[in-house]
Amino acid sequence: MRTLSRSVAVVAAATMFAATAACSPPEKETEAAAGSAATAASAADLGGMDALIAAAKKEGQLNVIALPPNWANYGEIIKTFGDKYGIKVNSAQPDGSSQDEINAANQLKGQDTAPDVFDLGGAVATANTAMFAPYKVATFDEIPAELKDANGAWVNDYGGYMSIGYDSAKVPAPTSVDDLLKPEYKGKVALNGDPTQAGAAFGGVQMVAVAKGGSAEDVKPGVDFFGELKKAGNFLPVDPNPATITSGQTPVVFDWDYLNTASATKVSTWKTFVPSNAVLGSYYVQAINKDAPHPAAARLWQEFLYSDEGQNLWLKGGARPVRADAMQKAGTIDATAFAALPKVDGTPVIPTEAQNTKAKGYLAANWTKAVG
Amino acid sequence: MAEIATTAPQRVARRPRLRGASSLLGTVPFFAYVTIFLIIPTLVVVIGAFASDAGGFTLGNVRALGDEYVVAAFGRSITLSAASALIGAIFGALLAYALVTARTGGLLRRMVTAACGVLAQFGGVTLAFAFLATIGLSGFLTLWLTEHGFDPYANGVWLFELPGLTLVYTYFQIPLMVIVFLPALDGIRPQWREATESLGGTTWQYWTRVAGPLLAPAFLGSTLLLFANAFSAYATAAALVSQGSPIVPLQIRGALTSEVVLGQANLGKAMALGMVVVVAVVMTLYSLLQKRTARWLG
Repeated sequence: MRTLSRSVAVVAAATMFAATAACSPPEKETEAAAGSAATAASAADLGGMDALIAAAKKEGQLNVIALPPNWANYGEIIKTFGDKYGIKVNSAQPDGSSQDEINAANQLKGQDTAPDVFDLGGAVATANTAMFAPYKVATFDEIPAELKDANGAWVNDYGGYMSIGYDSAKVPAPTSVDDLLKPEYKGKVALNGDPTQAGAAFGGVQMVAVAKGGSAEDVKPGVDFFGELKKAGNFLPVDPNPATITSGQTPVVFDWDYLNTASATKVSTWKTFVPSNAVLGSYYVQAINKDAPHPAAARLWQEFLYSDEGQNLWLKGGARPVRADAMQKAGTIDATAFAALPKVDGTPVIPTEAQNTKAKGYLAANWTKAVG
Repeated sequence: MAEIATTAPQRVARRPRLRGASSLLGTVPFFAYVTIFLIIPTLVVVIGAFASDAGGFTLGNVRALGDEYVVAAFGRSITLSAASALIGAIFGALLAYALVTARTGGLLRRMVTAACGVLAQFGGVTLAFAFLATIGLSGFLTLWLTEHGFDPYANGVWLFELPGLTLVYTYFQIPLMVIVFLPALDGIRPQWREATESLGGTTWQYWTRVAGPLLAPAFLGSTLLLFANAFSAYATAAALVSQGSPIVPLQIRGALTSEVVLGQANLGKAMALGMVVVVAVVMTLYSLLQKRTARWLG
């Protein structure tokens, strides 16, 4: 049934393609090199780093998807990678969701515009491990075991803590989650997305739940809090982005700390606050599309991201790179950027997949009721 | 008693009929277009609505339409569509009537109908942005009103909820009503009014006994068309509302793109099937009313 509907869609897409544009067929000459790159599980499989770089340069392109330039410093990361290796990086759907990345990979399968690499939220990554090509970067051993797949099918890349960003020129500094119910915050408090759809907003509800005596799996207190916020007229149902933050439409934003810190570069009075006793952490996941049209470039991208240079670029964007501890020991970490990360006190809670699943079931049934 | 049937006079000149294949050839682009953009997507939706994630047949997706939040979303969608259709129909009909009293082919009438043609298609991000820039939280009208001691958002940010959506939808519903209702008003002949008056009828009687009954099917039909137009609108709401997905099209968006609650793509298709059913009912009623109207508009 599924395959039938998919083939119908493929036929439709093919018909449209034939009808619309003269799209160039994917080049066949790199087939031999690509064949080996597509199955390479480490740079050594290709004959070392230099061979990987040569193969990637030959492909000349890399397709990335759903990477906003102001998210964890991806704008600079993409530019640095492109300049360093002379590879053209095509960045599609910068504001897409993790699910959009998977949908694109399925819909564009076999075309040279399909995404080569993914940067996914944990839930989407866990559900789609069959789509990933296992690959171990040179620094694989320095990544903590609980933050990677043993075969390298997926590896956590950077993480952060849920935080409350606010424009100190417009609102008083909150000292706790409950402060946001005060009249000074009327029509000013926004979540980054809808928690039934976006990972960041989901983390926001979990964080409030933890602060209000719930837990990562029992998010009822979090949902109830946003319901109260709405009743008080303080909840602002606007999706915050750099434009709304700069123009002052969204003066208070629940978001990952690395995103809130990034806002401070645009609005000098923007401050980031992580409530004590409610430190909720989350890591994103990096993976290679097993049907990547540019398999060598995809693998080189991973090597770059997990090199000291790539990790420090993430850190520069306020995100905590996965190799932070090892790099701190080795002294290769960007000390200034590391010291600039928002201070947290309390034990970080990193929700497990099982906890998230419980929380989602409650959210799907109750979120719209609370804020709708 | 056999009556003498009067036969209609035979048509003298007949259009030469194209034969077989060559006449079908002309319709190929149309059918190809309809197949790609209408039939195939509909099939994908219908098949998906009854497919499980594993690929087998299931009624689970359709059963999930009974979930409280889905039913509530359908309720809100129907409320929003009905409200914006009614408001649009009433104001649009009044505007159309004002136009009919203007001279046919006159500059005013041509300008207004041209403007309506544009505004009826004004939607999506542009429309949402226009409203945000005007009466959004930092819109210029909002700021001006707040400066003068009136806070339009004192009781909550209604622009991003159903009342706001109704207002924004009405903006494209009124011009659409003008376009679809104008031909019916044009069909009302001045002689009928004269006849009413010469027989001693009042204006009230003319509207309740003559023009009203004649216009009613066209008015109701147009209202149904407006309803379907609002019910299926997506881009405007998507650009305006980012929290809570109050209406069905936004719930479908969530089901297809959520990175939190996964594996709901087929539930999204089942919701789309539900929308297809609602629109099909509405459009059937619309075509029945159109038939009635066509009887005397011809």
